[in-house]
Amino acid sequence: MLLRLAGVVFDGIAYGSLLFLISIGLSVTLGLMNFVNLAHGAFAMLGGYLCVTLMERAGVPFLATLPLAFLGMAVLGAILERALFRRLYSAGALDQVLFSIGLTLVAMAACTFGFGPGQEPVELPAFLHGQVHLLGLDLGRYRLFLVGLVAILAVALELLAGRTRFGAQVRAAVDNRAAAAGLGIDVDRVFALTFALGAGLAGLGGALGIEVLGLDPTFAVKYLVYFLLVVTVGGAGGFRGPALAALALGVLDVAGKYYVPQVGAFIIYAAMVVLLALFPKGLEGRRA
Amino acid sequence: MRARSAAVGEAAGPGILGRWAGWVRRGRREALGLPHGRWRAREVAFWLAPLAFAVLLPSWRLLASQVFITGLFALSLDLILGYAGIVSLGQAAFFGTGAYAAGLLARHGWGEPISGLFAATAAAAALAWLAAHLVVRAEGLGRLMLTLGIGLVVYEAANRAAAVTGGVDGLTGVVMWPLLGRFEFDLMGSTACAYSLIVLFAVFVLLRRLAVSPFGLSVRAIRENPARMAALGAPVESRLRALFTLSGAVAGLAGGLLAQTTQFVGLDYLSFPRSADLLVMVVLGGAGRLYGALLGAALFMLAQDRLSGLDPTYWQFWLGLVLVAVVLFARGGVLGGLELLVRRGRRRPLP
Repeated sequence: MLLRLAGVVFDGIAYGSLLFLISIGLSVTLGLMNFVNLAHGAFAMLGGYLCVTLMERAGVPFLATLPLAFLGMAVLGAILERALFRRLYSAGALDQVLFSIGLTLVAMAACTFGFGPGQEPVELPAFLHGQVHLLGLDLGRYRLFLVGLVAILAVALELLAGRTRFGAQVRAAVDNRAAAAGLGIDVDRVFALTFALGAGLAGLGGALGIEVLGLDPTFAVKYLVYFLLVVTVGGAGGFRGPALAALALGVLDVAGKYYVPQVGAFIIYAAMVVLLALFPKGLEGRRA
Repeated sequence: MRARSAAVGEAAGPGILGRWAGWVRRGRREALGLPHGRWRAREVAFWLAPLAFAVLLPSWRLLASQVFITGLFALSLDLILGYAGIVSLGQAAFFGTGAYAAGLLARHGWGEPISGLFAATAAAAALAWLAAHLVVRAEGLGRLMLTLGIGLVVYEAANRAAAVTGGVDGLTGVVMWPLLGRFEFDLMGSTACAYSLIVLFAVFVLLRRLAVSPFGLSVRAIRENPARMAALGAPVESRLRALFTLSGAVAGLAGGLLAQTTQFVGLDYLSFPRSADLLVMVVLGGAGRLYGALLGAALFMLAQDRLSGLDPTYWQFWLGLVLVAVVLFARGGVLGGLELLVRRGRRRPLP
């Protein structure tokens, strides 16, 4: 009984760490540029498709596709940021929402056209198959790998934000954009770099998530609520808030689906409405 | 003595004096640049078009009734989006609630259409009133997420309550009595078409009046500067709540109409794509002018009818591209673009 619970919690943590990886870019975009980017899920989806394509067409092994998915999406993110997104930083929420919904629709249609509407399979290397016995628990090797990788990335991000010059610039720009620009920080460049980093991490998350979340052209919309929820609950701009929110959400969702399957996604949506009702000012109240 | 006779003159109301006062008042509104309630020739022409469409092309009546109902739904979003600046991603919650209210009523033995519409409107208005308390308090992304969340919660609730709503299979067995006891809902859609056009027009006249009323103007002022309106003593939150409730009621009315004319309610009436499509229609037509919502709904529905038959994937692709283009190059949608052209054509310097 208790072991079962531990297993569910572990699966929830694996799920949550994926949510964190994908959502962190959204959090930064929101906190830094105040941009409601509903197209963020599309970066994750495209990262997943890039991974699948590399594996099937070019025969690249799974582990090698991961950095490529990161790089590919980071470059795409940088291009789109320079060409399109930056025009809308000062626009209202409605314009941003419509624009990013439009981009998402285009991405979804393109993926349907290129890959068909079905689920894409992923071929994991042999050492990630099966389970490990640990303290009497059967833990999926892949999920263990996932949690470990995300933990390393989270530490790296924390160091990047807390210990480097670039991280200090990002934090300064989140806190007060005008003052940061006045101090000589090239805010434009900081925006572009963080946007690319966020898109890249989303792409990596999408590639890692094929095994857990699945991959089909509706991916960009299906999990969008979860990504937004992580950011809304965890607060935009920081790392720790979204990380905690993502883990909590992951555990809650997996536990809900396991113990009360008849209620399904209702719990998550209801929790979201209640949380937002309790914190109506949402992000504005507690920025990094 | 003089004061008394003036009072008598005013009390006489629509006498010559009263009418003259009305003229002066309206003239002053125009002089101040305030919107006035007079009907223009192009508005009459606009309304003659669907009428002619419905009368002259009997084979299109089914589609026409869908267009009218969607137009009504779009008006509901334009109310909060165009006039109060509240972006809603969950308008389908109220549409679906109205549809289920009307559908369930008819399913369980009361198929009278007009009272069914009132029930649909009331049910949606009640839900919208509750939702308004949450939505109006929030700001920015929080508000957006709340509308999205409310839509998802209502969808999931209907999905789980399959015993009542029929779940993913939809609500079937909706039997409508003849409209006004005389007009059967026929397969050609003639009754449905006339019914939905009349309801649409009636609601439009009401909303058009509302838009130029002091209430409508104060809501627009709140959109422009909520802090200042609050400082002027306007009850900002209760005004927005009232508007949101009204918007939900109109959406429910549209849902009820669709349920009655198609005699079916699907779970997708509540779904997020329906809310998103609606947002696209209103923005495509031009928000904040009522006519924009109608035009956007008509264009969207006709294009979808023609194009998505080819391939739904293409439809999605082009829709996305058009959205991006509208945001980047044509804010204000079709009507906004036309207005700009007219202004340029007159070569009048912008004020």
